[in-house]
Amino acid sequence: MRERKENAAPGRIEAAFNGRLGAFRLDAAFSVPARGVTGLFGPSGCGKTSVLRCAAGLTRLAGHFSVDGDVWQDEAAFRPTHRRPLGYVFQEASLFAHLSVRRNLLYGAPGRRPPAADAGTGFEEVIGLLGISHLLERAPANLSGGERQRVAIGRALLSQPKLLLMDEPLSALDRGTKDEILPFLERLHERLAIPVLYVSHDMAELERLADHLVLMEKGGVLAAGPLADIQSDPSLPLATSREAAVSLNAVVTAYDAAYGLATLKVDGGEIVIPSPAGRPGTPRRLRIAAGDVSLARKPPEATTIVNILPARILSHRPAGSHEMVIVLGLGAEGVGARLLSRVTLRSFEHLGLAEDMRVYAQVKGVALAPAGASASEVASL
Amino acid sequence: MDASSEIFSAVALTLKLATVTTLILLLLGTPLAWWLARSGSWWKETIAAIVALPLVLPPTVLGFYLLVALGPSGPGGALASLWGARTLAFTFEGLVIGSVVYSLPFVVQPIRNAFEAMGERPLEVAATLRASPLQAFWNVAVPLARPGFLTGAVLGFAHTVGEFGVVLMIGGNIPGETKVLSVAIYDYVETLRWREANILAAGMVAFAFAVILAMTLIEKRVARPGA
Repeated sequence: MRERKENAAPGRIEAAFNGRLGAFRLDAAFSVPARGVTGLFGPSGCGKTSVLRCAAGLTRLAGHFSVDGDVWQDEAAFRPTHRRPLGYVFQEASLFAHLSVRRNLLYGAPGRRPPAADAGTGFEEVIGLLGISHLLERAPANLSGGERQRVAIGRALLSQPKLLLMDEPLSALDRGTKDEILPFLERLHERLAIPVLYVSHDMAELERLADHLVLMEKGGVLAAGPLADIQSDPSLPLATSREAAVSLNAVVTAYDAAYGLATLKVDGGEIVIPSPAGRPGTPRRLRIAAGDVSLARKPPEATTIVNILPARILSHRPAGSHEMVIVLGLGAEGVGARLLSRVTLRSFEHLGLAEDMRVYAQVKGVALAPAGASASEVASL
Repeated sequence: MDASSEIFSAVALTLKLATVTTLILLLLGTPLAWWLARSGSWWKETIAAIVALPLVLPPTVLGFYLLVALGPSGPGGALASLWGARTLAFTFEGLVIGSVVYSLPFVVQPIRNAFEAMGERPLEVAATLRASPLQAFWNVAVPLARPGFLTGAVLGFAHTVGEFGVVLMIGGNIPGETKVLSVAIYDYVETLRWREANILAAGMVAFAFAVILAMTLIEKRVARPGA
């Protein structure tokens, strides 16, 4: 990856930084699409935040950085932070204590006043989306932690950024406040076209928000790619971790009001969940944990499990000493979306599971990422 | 000159001196405090120590060297020759220069503390919102450091009003030119005019009380966000 030609590809975010920060050595390079949310994931101290600060120009290391063909840093030039069209949301909201919420929001807005309706992200739209219209005349000190962080996000958006950088925006908040803000982020994701680099050490957040993932470890990049690909790559640590899961993009196809069951189509199969998931055609994101998927070699009969999906085993790998993680491709040919299944070593040997084998994946639980501002719901089937 | 116009002249001169000195101190002290708060240079603490010297030095020592510096053979004399004078010692201009040196730490220190307490973050936030370093300084750093500026200005003003040793060394006792309040009190006592001395001294007590009270109230008000 280091030898990749240093270009400023249109439609992509290209990043490469290397150098020392005290005793820490950062040598990270990746290229991801300049649309949607890209999660920067890794353990604390792996250099995620440093990458974000370098992208913003707040920390200066050798390397290059470009967004959709626009070079912000290369060997020849370094654009200072205030000349980069970015929005940055820090871990702590960092509102200006001497300004009201309204003046905080407008601090970075072009001309320091609400932009015209057609000029990028509008004031009314942002405060509506973030639910902060009733707070405008307050002082930051009189806001709750969640309200403050929402204002900080709004302030970053109103500066009309071409790239939004978010550094663990939820990590300083308690569980309840997190759940209050996540739906707002999901709404932003749906409505706004601004690409986002989102740093987090909490995979649950990224499973709900991210489209792409950059996996980091010890100052370097382990892998970068679409979220589901990284989640289900058995050579990467995510697939064999305790919390292994895949995120699936699904579309609602039907709702059976008599039983309260919604049917959603995913690539290579259908999933039924006990929830009104929305009108047919609504895109939703599902999460299926590896521990919630068991396998059968024949179509199971007389079972209460609702979701039984034909699949093919693509690969497997030991997880710990007594378990196996199996990567499945949905559909009889195994070319659909990927699923992970964690089974005991005994079951694995007992069933004689092997690569390329056709199996039936029995899905015991599907988590539906909430649409808009509704609460998180987990469907146990 | 009768007693009341004498007193009035001393008070007016003192207020003029303190006002001019405070304005110059804010102008000089702000960039100095900014640099002391934010520079990573190894010799900044050396500069900080030099700025703080007047806190420790006896005013007569400071006054002596100021007298030499302002005199005909010092840089002050060279400066004075520009408008045809021979020396800055025993002039109002000389007093201003002496007061600026003497009160510098009282203004620089609170402003430096305020800049340091603010930390790097507000400036980083401002930069991510397209504010140039100069805009960030005016729109963010200065308003956030406002309590420091107020404390510095009040302390600098009050300290200049109260200085005695340095004034005596470099200013002497010229009515309307260098005869400030504290020197006038000394003068009255020397000449046994206790009544006039008492008026001025009591006035100073009231002034000191008002300054401290005002400072406390202002800081309380400033500390309350959104006020």
